[in-house]
Amino acid sequence: MTYLWAFLVGGALCVIGQLLIDYTSITPARVLVTFVVSGVVLSALGLYKPLVEFAGAGATVPIIGFGHLLAEGVRRSVDEMGLLGALMGGCIAASAGITASLVCGLLAAMFGSSKDQN
Amino acid sequence: MNPTKEQYQQMVEKASPPSRVVQNCLWAFGVGGGICLLGEVLRQAYLAQGRTLTDASTLTSITLVALSTLFTCLGWYHKLAVHAGAGTLVPITGFANAVVSPAVEFRCEGFVPGVGCKMFLIAGPVIVYGLGASALWGVVYYLLRPLLY
Repeated sequence: MTYLWAFLVGGALCVIGQLLIDYTSITPARVLVTFVVSGVVLSALGLYKPLVEFAGAGATVPIIGFGHLLAEGVRRSVDEMGLLGALMGGCIAASAGITASLVCGLLAAMFGSSKDQN
Repeated sequence: MNPTKEQYQQMVEKASPPSRVVQNCLWAFGVGGGICLLGEVLRQAYLAQGRTLTDASTLTSITLVALSTLFTCLGWYHKLAVHAGAGTLVPITGFANAVVSPAVEFRCEGFVPGVGCKMFLIAGPVIVYGLGASALWGVVYYLLRPLLY
């Protein structure tokens, strides 16, 4: 059952992104920034966690879940170490995803070959 | 048969394919949902191995990033993205693609000015505004916390 909800919720979040692109013609970078900041705000308001428990990867895989990850990390770090946690929590929580992407980028640049983008 | 203008308009609407927006959204829904479904399959597999919820999510993200890198290098991700639009952009695989694709593309400009800088063309703003918003939320949470407990 979680598989179905993951598909439906994940698909729906992508449709929101597609509607943003089609109707407001904003660039992909702006879509991603909008989603990440929305994720932080929704998570801060306590609205995103129920969706994660409900839809699993359908809520965490879209980039809006990245914002949720940042906000959760900050909340945990502030609980542990006070105000300093506000500056540390986000990086700690997101470290694996960001570092994995950058290392993959480096490896691809070293060993991959450029494909014609058309 | 001699239809009036309105009737003809209705016939055109019935015969024409669904609008571009509807088609784009169906693609985005199918492909984006599919990537999330793959993520859920991975997450359940990691959970079945006895990982914690947090670790399983992290490992899922890393696996999807690695797969996205492979598909980007093979040139398949771009082919899918032409149809899927936001369906390939919004999932974490789109973030990885946004890092890897310029890294490969700009290698000819050198590893520091090319690869190192251009990797952050799209990932940079995402990280800046994501971490910025999270730091702001951290300060707000720090101030509100005494009121909450």
